[in-house]
Amino acid sequence: MTRKISVTVNGTKHELEVEPRLLLVHMIREVLNMTGTHIGCDTSSCGACTILLDGKSIKSCTVLAVQADGHSLTTIEGLAPEGGPLHPLQDGFKENHGLHCGFCTPGMIMRCVELLEHNNNPTEEEIRWGISGNLCRCTGYNNIVKAVQWAGAKMRGEETPSTEPEFV
Amino acid sequence: MIQCKTSKSIGGMGHSLKRKEDARFIQGKGNYVDDVKLPGMLYMDIVRSPYAYAKIKKINIEEAMKVPGVVAVVTGRDLEKYNLHWMPTLMSDTQMVLPTDTVMYQSQEVAAVIATTKYAARDGREAVIVEYEPMKPVIDPFKALDPSAPVLRTDKEGKTDNHIWNWKVGDKEKTDKLFETADIVVKEQMHIPRIHVASIETCGCVADYDKVNNHLTMYMTTQAPHAIRTVIALVAGHVGLTEEKVRVIAPDIGGGFGGKVPVYPGYVIAIAVSFLVGKPVKWIEDRSENLQADSFARDYHITAEMAGTKDGKILGTRFKILADHGYTDASANPSKFPTGMFSIATGSYDYDTTYMECDAVYTNKPPGGVAYRCSFRVTEAVHAIERITDRYALEIGKDPADLRMQNFIKKEDFPWKSPTGWIYDSGDYHAGLEKAMQAVNYHDLRREQAEKRSRGELMGIGLSTFTEIVGAGPSKDFDILGIKMFDSAEIRVHPTGKAIARFGTKSQGQGHETTYAQIIAEELGIPAENIAIEEGDTDTAPYGLGTYASRSTPTAGAAAAMAARKLRDKARKIAAYLLEVSEEDLEWEPGKFSVKGAPEKSKTIQEIVFAAYTNHPQGMEAGFEATHYYDPPNLTFPSGAYICVVDIDRETCEIKVRRFVAIDDCGNIINPMIVQGQVHGGLTQGIAPAMYEELIYDESGNILNGTLMDYLVPTAVESPNWETGHTVTPSPHHPIGAKGVGESPTVGAPPAIANAIVDALSPFGITHLDIPITPYKIFKALKEKQVF
Repeated sequence: MTRKISVTVNGTKHELEVEPRLLLVHMIREVLNMTGTHIGCDTSSCGACTILLDGKSIKSCTVLAVQADGHSLTTIEGLAPEGGPLHPLQDGFKENHGLHCGFCTPGMIMRCVELLEHNNNPTEEEIRWGISGNLCRCTGYNNIVKAVQWAGAKMRGEETPSTEPEFV
Repeated sequence: MIQCKTSKSIGGMGHSLKRKEDARFIQGKGNYVDDVKLPGMLYMDIVRSPYAYAKIKKINIEEAMKVPGVVAVVTGRDLEKYNLHWMPTLMSDTQMVLPTDTVMYQSQEVAAVIATTKYAARDGREAVIVEYEPMKPVIDPFKALDPSAPVLRTDKEGKTDNHIWNWKVGDKEKTDKLFETADIVVKEQMHIPRIHVASIETCGCVADYDKVNNHLTMYMTTQAPHAIRTVIALVAGHVGLTEEKVRVIAPDIGGGFGGKVPVYPGYVIAIAVSFLVGKPVKWIEDRSENLQADSFARDYHITAEMAGTKDGKILGTRFKILADHGYTDASANPSKFPTGMFSIATGSYDYDTTYMECDAVYTNKPPGGVAYRCSFRVTEAVHAIERITDRYALEIGKDPADLRMQNFIKKEDFPWKSPTGWIYDSGDYHAGLEKAMQAVNYHDLRREQAEKRSRGELMGIGLSTFTEIVGAGPSKDFDILGIKMFDSAEIRVHPTGKAIARFGTKSQGQGHETTYAQIIAEELGIPAENIAIEEGDTDTAPYGLGTYASRSTPTAGAAAAMAARKLRDKARKIAAYLLEVSEEDLEWEPGKFSVKGAPEKSKTIQEIVFAAYTNHPQGMEAGFEATHYYDPPNLTFPSGAYICVVDIDRETCEIKVRRFVAIDDCGNIINPMIVQGQVHGGLTQGIAPAMYEELIYDESGNILNGTLMDYLVPTAVESPNWETGHTVTPSPHHPIGAKGVGESPTVGAPPAIANAIVDALSPFGITHLDIPITPYKIFKALKEKQVF
């Protein structure tokens, strides 16, 4: 038994026939073969699968594909226009060493997109609470906080903070 | 500031180059094993045991085979026909791939379901019916040694108890005598909890056996692809998979931390199924399986003792360990070191008397333990020495910083031979601690603490001044299953002066694509951005033992420098030929050779390389390539001085880490940004077992926190803002003076945090708390002391 759904992903409309039980993350990864969105747990704890649904960050392992029927999704692959400049958060993560293994990175960045859209000048505490649904095992979070602050400054049109390590 | 020998455009050592690998990761273009999708690929899911110890009476696969899409269900009896139902562990113990009769721990693999889709495989898994006859498990490692305990490993001929091995080092007689006569003896019983690496990517593979060519390509989450290829050939050679028929590819890895060193049953089953059906088979475990069945780390019960004088001179230590290995010894240590490098537990202090002993036991828990971001049991060792050192300071009423300063091995005494036989290569422990104390204003903190204590407030300051031992290792002592623990680098410079270098190691986030390029840039003057780095494909990379135990820079990093130096020697010959001078008349500066006294006469490395292909001296081999296999003469001994400041709420017992300063000495630094990033990450993995993480089992062997819902991996909220710094004491024997850094923070942080918390509680007579130290543990301890 399958259901017909229509989903727009990164601006492209897809008409799909899916099992009602198909998780949205599996639709993205297995049906559409877009592997930038990752799976790190089975309890909606890690946030590696975070994408935007109608601009709101969601854990795509906790939503069924059929629930996305008629909605618009953005994944890490669609964050920056093809051939265009990267999103400030993508630059921010690279410039500030906000990633090591890269596995949590797409979900972390997608979460931060919404975070900065609500508040483009968050405090350290606001960032830490804001990403507390996304686990990173590598970075210790210091540089993710810096990356988000750096991207915020860029989005506000201000001078970005130094990316030299504070390593005395 | 770090002095750099090369310009920023060359980007050699000391430059905080942005990482080359990041471009793909920030755009969702990484290629992790679950991203590998091959035509005709089948999916595997695994049926696991609900019991910790049970006989398998019957496995009924009938209903599972009716599930649409299911093509096979594999049990131990099926693998037994090919003698693939058992495998060796890296410690020469044995482990079931799939059981034929008995399950030995909860979540053990019982059968595998193969299907055309991921969902069909899971449906099939749910339809397999296994009848068990549960038995009473052995969970407590102390009870495992009781003569009345059931013998678990009846598969091992002649086994009459649950004891695995006994290990000892040091001078027992001298140590016992010292402890009988010393003025001060302190003793604590500590448990270093069973924890899990919990890398955000779980383990998995795609086994792709090609029947026509009798060839296996194995994409897998492995930190040691070459070793895995050899193991596959050793295990499956008898069915035709000899080593030249096996290619192991480790694609991008989403964190390893030691958890991706062992061979798990899932990998072997996937290979066996692909071999039998001739199609690619993908197996990706889910998080709960990963936490519940993959190798744990730690789980050492340690009795730590220190003897000293009344005025603070450490005279000796004694450590007695009980190691709970679970169902089988599946550690990932060098073969001759069953307790890994635990014998570094004498620490950073100058004394000559120690004795250490360890007994390992089997229990009905998952097998292990891996070296989780730790050079083989160094975390356990450092916790024991740093905790007992603080205990000693408390006993004699001396400031723990003063006590450490008094006992440190002096800078001028290196190389220093430890009482367990290690030759510490270099260090400046006084400088590190001084720097850390200045950074936190140590003496002001102590004054603040005294004031707060007088008001009944709980504030603690904890130190950890540890010595690490990494870079395994010299071939005379270090091997895994007989293969010596060298590592390798191969550099090919193309005619246009751009290069590719390949390594036997495998990055899992450490940034090798950037740092190895920087080492070669330093040695050859070719810009790092023009040097591609490749790892993880056994068909192309030179043989190496992989990345774990902070060994990549000490071994493969050294190999990169040595291979580059071979090329620089060749470059000198070519330059002499091109400039028509003798080799001795040439001077090297990064990127070019020039004639002494006539600097306008010079050849750049790019010109020289071009000549190696277009105009090389007659009689010289053409081309510009070199390979080096580096066998380190010694291990390296990074060190650190960490200070943690905590405030504890007296009502709720909530612990707040107010400050944490980490001063690390990893010798010469290749990329400060990456070193700092490694320290940040390791510190969060240090606070994790200190305050949050422990795998907990009930008396029936049920895991009580086997998902990320209740196994508390720290988020950005639990993780404080880390303050980092460094001192530089180069390794005298390493070609670039580097030591390795990845594991120091994981090793050094837990005792600093534990010491800070105990320091805060010491006015109530509390001398030790086992990690993870939770508010509830503090509440209980204070209640016991009748504070509440």
